[in-house]
Amino acid sequence: MKNKYSIFSLIKNAFSYHENWEKAWKDPEPKKEYDAVIVGGGGHGLATAYYLAKKHNMKNIAVVEKGWIGGGNTGRNTTIIRSNYLWDASAGLYDHALKIWEGLSQELNYNVMFSQRGVMNLAHNLQDVRDLKRRTHANRLNGIDAVYLNTEEVKKFCPIINTSQDIRYPVLGGTLQRRAGTARHDAVAWGYARGADEMGVDIIQNCEVKGIKRNGDTVEGIETTKGFIKTKKIGVVAAGHSSVIANMAGLKLPLESKPLQALVSEPVKPVIDTVVMSNAVHAYVSQSDKGELVIGAGTDDYVSYSQKGSHDIVEGTLNAILELYPIFSRMRMLRQWGGIVDICPDASPIISKTSIKGLYFNCGWGTGGFKATPGSGDLFAHTIANDEPHKLNAAFNINRFVSGDLVDEHGAAAVAH
Amino acid sequence: MFLINCPFCGEREQSEFKAGGEAHIVRPKQPTELSDDEWAEYLFMRKNIKGVQFERWNHVHGCRKWFNMVRDTSNDQIKAVYKMGEKPPVK
Repeated sequence: MKNKYSIFSLIKNAFSYHENWEKAWKDPEPKKEYDAVIVGGGGHGLATAYYLAKKHNMKNIAVVEKGWIGGGNTGRNTTIIRSNYLWDASAGLYDHALKIWEGLSQELNYNVMFSQRGVMNLAHNLQDVRDLKRRTHANRLNGIDAVYLNTEEVKKFCPIINTSQDIRYPVLGGTLQRRAGTARHDAVAWGYARGADEMGVDIIQNCEVKGIKRNGDTVEGIETTKGFIKTKKIGVVAAGHSSVIANMAGLKLPLESKPLQALVSEPVKPVIDTVVMSNAVHAYVSQSDKGELVIGAGTDDYVSYSQKGSHDIVEGTLNAILELYPIFSRMRMLRQWGGIVDICPDASPIISKTSIKGLYFNCGWGTGGFKATPGSGDLFAHTIANDEPHKLNAAFNINRFVSGDLVDEHGAAAVAH
Repeated sequence: MFLINCPFCGEREQSEFKAGGEAHIVRPKQPTELSDDEWAEYLFMRKNIKGVQFERWNHVHGCRKWFNMVRDTSNDQIKAVYKMGEKPPVK
């Protein structure tokens, strides 16, 4: 049993110069065999292991990660959490996650710094206005909080936005989801890792999967850089590298992996206390607790695993940011980076069994996976443990690309993907 | 960010081009005969290779012509560029 984090443990450890904190997770070597192995130690993978252990009583499980936990897209996203998706299936999926976020810090005894500061999506033309109003109604029918704001209300909610009607893409209105917000991305991975480790999950870092061993249509285990690991169930949560793992098993997925960039500015005093997203001009901005502006850019249109991305994408985003927020014109950008996102043709994820028994995939989250981390882990754990999807992820099976029953969130999901 | 040697215009910045996805996916000759699985394969399934990949590009802000490219997706290095209908110059 791990010591609980509290104000008392903080005071106690202060007396020993914070040098005697217990390790949050062990660093074990892999055992010969596990009941299930999760490939990918990001937020989604660690959450999957956590819920497998907690809700499905599977204790003999491992998470294998080729680098360090939370070092991929979990540590590279812009930490936005919202559930204002258009279609019923997506609304169910993302609001399930949002409800878990609301109690996550208490559940994990780990402060994920979930901050419900609201997410505002802007409309810049008449079609945006119609689409956003339609989405607001759809959200409310699904029990998701959403309001439509006119230009004055947008200005009142976020005073630094330039609402002049003379600019190239004037703000005509926007939607607001007050329950939405941000969280501390690293803390999510670390919190789930600590929780899973406490229940006996082996978190194995620096362990890259090199092959998947099959006997006919059944999996037998994985080849890794730390040797062969026998297992009957493999849950792959490898984000941008999902196709690479699928190819090892002889599967093809409907994914393309592309660079998505983000950047942060120098830290400044509090200036924007919410998250503002604009689909039409492609600019997202929020402010971290350190004071940095966190800015999300768009994806490049070519397949790449290089974690870089093109300069013109960043330039386009900053052009839009400056028109909407002239106050930022002299800010300097500190860091820029890219993550590799796996995008489905319908911009919705896959949480599914496959044609190979014992092989499960949780992928295709594209540009918006962080917000779903807890829900994704919970539903994927259910799918792996029962060999059947939960009703909330039934629509997100891989066969929808054969049946044609797509969940088309391209453009419908409040942002362009 | 990289430079692309358009087979018609010469070397230009990548931002002048639009990527068109995996190359050499053959359009079905008899669409009416295709099963749902075959349609899914043609429409949606992609190799999405980490490494050397064959792909189509269009010089949208130039000659607007389509051409093929061989590129290493792990480091964005271009191995070869060739016109539509031509055989790839590298394996």
